[in-house]
Amino acid sequence: MLSPNGKLHRRALVAAVLEGRGDMAVIAGLGAPAWDITAVGDTALNLPLWGGMGGAAMIGLGLALAQPERRVLVITGDGEMLMGVGSLATISVQGPKNLSILVCDNEHYGETGMQETATGHGVDLVAMARGAGIKHTMFVTKPDEVAGLRAAIHAGAGPFFAVAKIDAETLPLVLPPREGVILQSRMREAILGPAANLE
Amino acid sequence: MQRSDLEAAPRASADWPDRIYDLLKAYNVKQVALVPDAGHSRLIKRCLADNEMRVVTLTTEEEGIAMMSGAWLGGQRGVLLMQSSGVGNCINMLSLATLHRTPMPMLVTMRGDFGEFNPAQVPMGQATQPVLEAMGTLVNRADSPDDIAACVEATLKFAYNTYRPTATLIGQRVIGAKTFGKD
Repeated sequence: MLSPNGKLHRRALVAAVLEGRGDMAVIAGLGAPAWDITAVGDTALNLPLWGGMGGAAMIGLGLALAQPERRVLVITGDGEMLMGVGSLATISVQGPKNLSILVCDNEHYGETGMQETATGHGVDLVAMARGAGIKHTMFVTKPDEVAGLRAAIHAGAGPFFAVAKIDAETLPLVLPPREGVILQSRMREAILGPAANLE
Repeated sequence: MQRSDLEAAPRASADWPDRIYDLLKAYNVKQVALVPDAGHSRLIKRCLADNEMRVVTLTTEEEGIAMMSGAWLGGQRGVLLMQSSGVGNCINMLSLATLHRTPMPMLVTMRGDFGEFNPAQVPMGQATQPVLEAMGTLVNRADSPDDIAACVEATLKFAYNTYRPTATLIGQRVIGAKTFGKD
């Protein structure tokens, strides 16, 4: 669970959170979170994003509202969440019980040369989520907190928002399919059945 | 001059907002994302009064593009209501519609268009259609009340049947220009 320098290892964290995920749908923000969920195991219920920076949480909201009985998890990075931070207000007002957002916070823009993000300079995304009115939040830095994080995500008592501080190491790429039509269609078919392709 | 005369909202006698609402029902639209505009105020009221529609007020219009993507993943149809200035906020997020081939109809009330008073509305108002088209959106434009329902229906049909972003621009000539009492 820990990387060599003592911080949470992002892929071990994501693997632990997704363990026993059942029919949970997972949206991953572009960059490392998309590679992380793919490294754990590519499935039709994964939507790894290749673009749309700032939109991951709102994709999660649209899906959660359309499928209120299904748990939806958005896993994204600190840079992506900061770009769409207003969506925390939108999500809080809608209040979907089945939506969780996990920010894997390495305090850097990892795909562009590891430039620093605002979260490395005291900007607190959990406080911003609470300020938006999301009452159920967690801030995770240690391995012994991860079981609680997983339980909160799987509980379906959202909207739930968590930040996990992770190591900023750059891991080998594990790329999902790049064709967006495949990514969207396979998730629709997994959720809606073959009839989705005839809509 | 009354406050109601300052807002660029359709006259109470105009029935096109109700006809748009009827079309949203006919096309089974369940998620209505919006940043308010006076031109859409009556339509918004109709949607809010409908328990089968989820009205989501956004902090910025690009959230609505992402939300329509999620709605479609979950088998629901969405629509985005906004003013022309909001189109500028959507540009990069519209990539999702082309990338995933997602139906994303947008109903846009125009400012900076026909007889505008406010200089700040003009740059984005004049850029609205080229920006949408540059991002692959099929655009219909309605400049008379009689044309609005037909354009909106084509916009919904084209989006849901052919899986792409589409828009109807409702011209300021129809809605009226805000004058802030200076006309």
